[in-house]
Amino acid sequence: MAEKQSLILTLIDRHQAALLDDWLDCMARSSPSGATLRRDGETPEQAKRFLEQLRRSARNQQFEDIKTTDWALMRELLEEISRTRVLQGFTPTETATFVFSLKEPLFQLLRREVGSADELADEIWTATRLLDLLGLYTIECHAKTREELIGRQQQELLELSTPVVELWEGILALPLIGTLDSARTQIVMESLLERIVESGAEIAIIDITGVPTVDTLVAQHLIKTISAARLMGADCILSGIRPQIAQTIVHLGLELNVVSKATMADALALALRRSGKAIQNRAAQKPQQDG
Amino acid sequence: MAEIPILKIGDCLLVSIQVDMHDRLAMALQDDLTQRIVQDRARGVMIDISALEIVDSFIGRMLNNIAAMSRVLDAVTVVVGMRPAVAITLVELGLTLSGVRTALNVDKGLAMIRTIIDRGEQEDDRRGG
Repeated sequence: MAEKQSLILTLIDRHQAALLDDWLDCMARSSPSGATLRRDGETPEQAKRFLEQLRRSARNQQFEDIKTTDWALMRELLEEISRTRVLQGFTPTETATFVFSLKEPLFQLLRREVGSADELADEIWTATRLLDLLGLYTIECHAKTREELIGRQQQELLELSTPVVELWEGILALPLIGTLDSARTQIVMESLLERIVESGAEIAIIDITGVPTVDTLVAQHLIKTISAARLMGADCILSGIRPQIAQTIVHLGLELNVVSKATMADALALALRRSGKAIQNRAAQKPQQDG
Repeated sequence: MAEIPILKIGDCLLVSIQVDMHDRLAMALQDDLTQRIVQDRARGVMIDISALEIVDSFIGRMLNNIAAMSRVLDAVTVVVGMRPAVAITLVELGLTLSGVRTALNVDKGLAMIRTIIDRGEQEDDRRGG
């Protein structure tokens, strides 16, 4: 068995240059962006490193399990390859094709070199299993890198998420910017309620100047936030409603059931009045002080 | 069976729920509370749920019921001390407790009851005059 398996390695050893060439051709044929793939400097280099690493990792005839230490360097190489491909915007198929397209030239090589049908079937089985494992590992890495990317972007989104500002004693403002989806509503709601508890505010102004569109879903999220604030004993005032949005709200038949103001300034004035405070012009105040 | 204490503060009653509610306890609370509202001539009821980490539809309905019963007996009900997580859960469940007034804590709840009672009296005066 050991001798048979090493045949693949011997063949790779002997025909490395030809195999590499066939492989790259095959890769170019099977991928839509292959034309550029064939030419760009990275892929041939990666393919060469892959073949060399394959020879080195397979020298102990361990073809069944690529989780062993023999294959550690190979795994590293595949991780690196799939990472660069993710960052270049390759699809999983395109990434995995890198490994799977080796099958065709390798099998042709085996067919030329191996005489008996039984032996050929054995060799092909060994090779196909190994390449499948390596290919699947590439896809796994691809998915993992993508998840990392998504995780990082989510983190950035969280950092970007809305701050709760204390405008006055007992008056909070929540300037919303960007689209309101469920996840963001959750964060916005949590931070608003936390601040209500901290500051004991009784009025919260939700400003939607920065929300590009208000559809039924966004409206529902707003209603949820307003209801939750009400449950915590704080009243909400909606501000920053642009003319188009006012029209949309009416056309969609949305019932927000909340006091709304066109601008944040109006909302602040209302909030101050409700909490029994007033802003006065100092010029108007002066004569009184003098007299 | 544990009993939920009802404390009297001026003409308000304070109910602090600190144990898990179940049917019998809720019924007992409704009995006791209506009795005390009549007996003490209370004008306001405060239900403190700051100790509750979980409020489900059952408790939500109970709060609505108590508010409705108190209203019939001419007392204002304010639910106070709801935790942010509880508020979010209730909203997600679609229970906005629209029949119940809410305040952040007992202090604000008392002030709210005071305002509502005063406003009610003023209106009565106006109608009377």
